Amino acid sequence: MRRSNGRAQGVDAGLLIKDAAKLLPNPSRRVFLRNTGSLGALALLTGCDIIDGPSSERALRVVSRFNDWVQARLFNPNRLAESYPASAITRPFPFNAYYAEEQAPDVDEDRYKLVVDGLIENRKPWTLEELYALPQETQITRLICIEGWSAVGKWTGTPLRQFLRRIGADLTAKYVHFVCAEGYSVSIDMPTALHAQTQMTFKFDDEILPTKFGFPMRIRMPTKLGFKNPKHVVGLAVLNNYTGGYWEDRGYNWFSGL
Amino acid sequence: MERAASMSGTDTRPPQRAVHPLYVRITHWINALAVLVMIGSGWQIYNASPLFPFAFPKSVTLGGWLAGGLLWHFAAMWLLLGNGLLYVTLGLVTGHFRRKLLSIRPADVAGDFGAALTGRLSHQDLTRYNAVQKVLYLGILLTGAVIVASGFAMWKPVQLRELAALFGGYEGARLVHFFAMVAIVLFLVVHVVMAFLVPKTLRAMITGR
Repeated sequence: MRRSNGRAQGVDAGLLIKDAAKLLPNPSRRVFLRNTGSLGALALLTGCDIIDGPSSERALRVVSRFNDWVQARLFNPNRLAESYPASAITRPFPFNAYYAEEQAPDVDEDRYKLVVDGLIENRKPWTLEELYALPQETQITRLICIEGWSAVGKWTGTPLRQFLRRIGADLTAKYVHFVCAEGYSVSIDMPTALHAQTQMTFKFDDEILPTKFGFPMRIRMPTKLGFKNPKHVVGLAVLNNYTGGYWEDRGYNWFSGL
Repeated sequence: MERAASMSGTDTRPPQRAVHPLYVRITHWINALAVLVMIGSGWQIYNASPLFPFAFPKSVTLGGWLAGGLLWHFAAMWLLLGNGLLYVTLGLVTGHFRRKLLSIRPADVAGDFGAALTGRLSHQDLTRYNAVQKVLYLGILLTGAVIVASGFAMWKPVQLRELAALFGGYEGARLVHFFAMVAIVLFLVVHVVMAFLVPKTLRAMITGR
């Protein structure tokens, strides 16, 4: 709970409790430049300590925040990601996560509740039945992974901006933070949350979202890299404070817009 | 005259103006650093999801793992871009490109290429590039433009959709980016080998003479 001082605006820390441990400053998560070993020609030129020491890591993170700023300015809220014909869908669609496929969390659909919190008017949790009753749209778009590969898929669900309006979210807030059943978390900028193609997804390829693709709900945004599209979402908070995310805390660029 | 004589006892030619102006030397070495970081970190990123059935040895990659490689890549890109824009702007404004690179005659290319292959190409006057050098330096400038453009297309395939479309979309830009890297690495091998075969060119890029 030490971190709750950063969560003003009446955010229920319990919602994000699974995340709290992860968000605590932890020295062990600031070592992504370790194990670089020999760096080849560059190491010979400039000396290893300049390249992979803590000071270079700090400097690189500063540049990464600068890149967040640049990307936020490059982001055009009216620009749509390309849509593809059904014939372009990648089959089989690749599974990718930080756990193995059989370790994907089993979410009990009868007990499932989407908890909504933060700068919103209506905090009533949502059952799956209530979510499924929302108007839905379908998109066939390209998911681009930070690893480099990409795949075209078909996703069906409710535009997140409609849902945010429905719960009376403060649309001038800076961030929307998502918490997942198994502890994953991610946060995004409000302009992306309000983008027409940012979707609370319930179906993949016309079928109820399978476990491996994030049952019962994932957030799909074709304007951001794949890791920014959380699966098994159980909590959503509208915030003004930066909360990072699972991979972002480990060094991935936060904005990661496309 | 004195300076030329003092630097090389056998060089009795009259004094010349600098082989490379100061801005060329500075941007050259900044570019060298930026390109090495881009290649090392780019190989790290490649290894996360190889396009082809091989990976780069970990010992020649930068960043430790994907996140580190990406942080280096997206930091060094600003250095590469800013330095490159400065170099190109000054090269155009000062007439450097026109004088040194664009004065290519096709007949010279064939002749100098033959001379280069048989080891008879002259490197007496470093202020003037031979036709093979002109072709290679123009080629590497164009390759630089292609790798930067395809890189931006991969980075922002939605916001820069038209640019990405030029390369056949995201996956096309990925391929172009890779093969532009291959071209740059091949150029670098030849470039560095030549610099050591004709060491005074290396000296000229440091001291200007």
